[in-house]
Amino acid sequence: MLIQHLSPLASSLFSLLAIVSLLLSFVMLGSRWLKNYLYAFAAESWAIAALSAAVGYYGNYPELYLIAVLTLLFRGLLLPYLIWRIIRRLEVDREIREILQPSSALVIGALFVMFALAVSYRLAAEYNLELTVAVLALTVMLSMKLIGFLMLAVRHEAISQVLGLLVLENGIFLGSQILVPGMPLLIELVILFDLLIIVVCFGVLVSYLLTHVGTTSTLGLKRLVG
Amino acid sequence: MMIGVLLFVLALAPLVALLGCLFLRRPRLCEALNLIASAVSFACALPVPFLVDGRQMLFWSDYVIIDRAGAWVVLCTSIVYFLASIYAVGYMRMLNEDERLNRFYALFAGFGLTTLIAPLMNSIGIYWIAIELTTLVSTFLVAFEQVAESIEAAWKYIMVVSAGISLALLGTILFYWTGTFVLGPTYQMTWAVLGAAAPKMNPVLLILAFLLVLVGYGTKVGLAPMHSWLPDAHSESPAPVSAMLSGALLNTAMIGVVRFLGITRAARVGELPQLVLVVFGAMSLLIGALFIVRQQGIKRLMAYSSIEHMGVVALGFGFGGALGVAGALYHMLNHSLNKSLMFFGAGNMMRAYGTKEILEITGVSRFFPTQGALWLAGAIAITGAPPFGLFMSEFTIMRAGLKPSFSWAVYAMAALLIVIFVGFMNHFRSMYYGEAAPDAAPSGKVSAWCALPMWLSLVPLLVLGLWWPAGIWTYLTSIAQSLSPGMP
Repeated sequence: MLIQHLSPLASSLFSLLAIVSLLLSFVMLGSRWLKNYLYAFAAESWAIAALSAAVGYYGNYPELYLIAVLTLLFRGLLLPYLIWRIIRRLEVDREIREILQPSSALVIGALFVMFALAVSYRLAAEYNLELTVAVLALTVMLSMKLIGFLMLAVRHEAISQVLGLLVLENGIFLGSQILVPGMPLLIELVILFDLLIIVVCFGVLVSYLLTHVGTTSTLGLKRLVG
Repeated sequence: MMIGVLLFVLALAPLVALLGCLFLRRPRLCEALNLIASAVSFACALPVPFLVDGRQMLFWSDYVIIDRAGAWVVLCTSIVYFLASIYAVGYMRMLNEDERLNRFYALFAGFGLTTLIAPLMNSIGIYWIAIELTTLVSTFLVAFEQVAESIEAAWKYIMVVSAGISLALLGTILFYWTGTFVLGPTYQMTWAVLGAAAPKMNPVLLILAFLLVLVGYGTKVGLAPMHSWLPDAHSESPAPVSAMLSGALLNTAMIGVVRFLGITRAARVGELPQLVLVVFGAMSLLIGALFIVRQQGIKRLMAYSSIEHMGVVALGFGFGGALGVAGALYHMLNHSLNKSLMFFGAGNMMRAYGTKEILEITGVSRFFPTQGALWLAGAIAITGAPPFGLFMSEFTIMRAGLKPSFSWAVYAMAALLIVIFVGFMNHFRSMYYGEAAPDAAPSGKVSAWCALPMWLSLVPLLVLGLWWPAGIWTYLTSIAQSLSPGMP
């Protein structure tokens, strides 16, 4: 297992990159400008790409270099570009009516991180990994998951929801790079392409929303009830 | 070898139809292509359960698995795909959307393709992707009518299901991580490998991973309280798509839950996973019952009935044992047939009366004697009344649950099924014998294309209700054994 005997340097590098990604998801949580979400998401994807490369280097998984490059290209450049194109077509550039103030959202996000830490600690203890980077990887994975769900719940611009969904995926991807670097390459590749298709689908749907519903705020979607 | 060829043709036919519809844009041709593809798929899926023996077989460098459970679900899916394709010919002509029809059939064939191959995926990662693809394809089918409601339904559908299914991905990663402590850092993440390693895996992580997977795929199955996308998507999509969503897609996701449950049971981690499944099942029945009683939309009524029936299937798998699993699998087939019939009928009436509201549909028995009788028979069947198939399967599932730990769920199930029966029949009473019946018949006509699949689903349903063939019984109980290795 890679995480059981890591050099201190590698361990701190992994931790640094994981924490940077977590902080960037807080940036997304605390901002109300769509552009800021996008930049934070792109930066988060670069951090994850760097993490893939670092895991590949220290753990001797050469195929992770390929994953790192593809992550950079897909998650770091292509997806933000596609979303930027969607944003450019919209008339809104920020969340207009907040369900939850960004400051309150940050506090809730912090609580989520604590919860995630408690769960991860318990999980890592099952394998006596409390003192390794596994705890941090699990914490970041779970808390990005929770933060993504929070973003889905309290943001109502269509684009913020798409980005919330991508944060969910980023969290899983980040965790899997540290926890299961040996996962079959094919799966990771297909998941990357899958993400691309998802974003294209969302692009089409957002344009449908614009033409047929007249708003991209999901608060307007309340015809179907009961 | 024979099976390999059949499976290949099974997947190839809708693929050819998909490509054909994309390039040959003539509406009537696309119609025919999709219909032929679905017939070919059905013809290929039909013999597969007879050819599969107790073992599982692998094809194409182990990426494709066929076992008895998979063959059964593929059969259910292909039946619905075939029936829905026949129905689509008549229904889509009523919509007058000829210029976009080739896109509809391309998506429809793609939806058929993804739902047919998902249960055959051997790797848990690829299975996840196949399920995700079914969502992406069907989103655009839900949005096909391009009115505000259907776009809203499509948005909620893709949002809720993608978010939910990302939990399943997290669970899958945790399964894999748990496995690395037994099998080393790199191994093939197949059902069989994980099942074999499960007894040595850490139970705490295994249970957590299973719960995440259950919530994730449970969203796709439509188990309450993750069901919120289902009534919207089922009610706003064109009727053949509703039938596919309900009769094919839900089973395809259910088989994943069942296979993960099999892995968890192999690890002997106690009854918690089954208990959670039973609780979800009972909750789905409760939500289904509450919303059926007060429902106003005709297709939403059918959608909540789907939630209810997926709850019943979840209860069956949760109770476990030969009776529970066999009952649940039998219920899948019966529900696939019956729910297709119900959505076809609902689509016909919706078009004939030009409304989705139950209150505005009156005098069905007077204006549509044959159609109406078929649909009413379907309604009696879907509420689980004899002599139809669903009575048999629901009764079997109840018998499976009669053990001390789960008897509460059986009593709840019985009570809720009675509520649902009363609520459902009340809606049909008002539609058939409502007081304020109009004098003139509604203008809409129902073509033979729309009536034929209703016959094709009702007749087998009646046969399956009167006679549960011994061959099917042994087939289904053997699945029960293979899904819970080493359990009594």
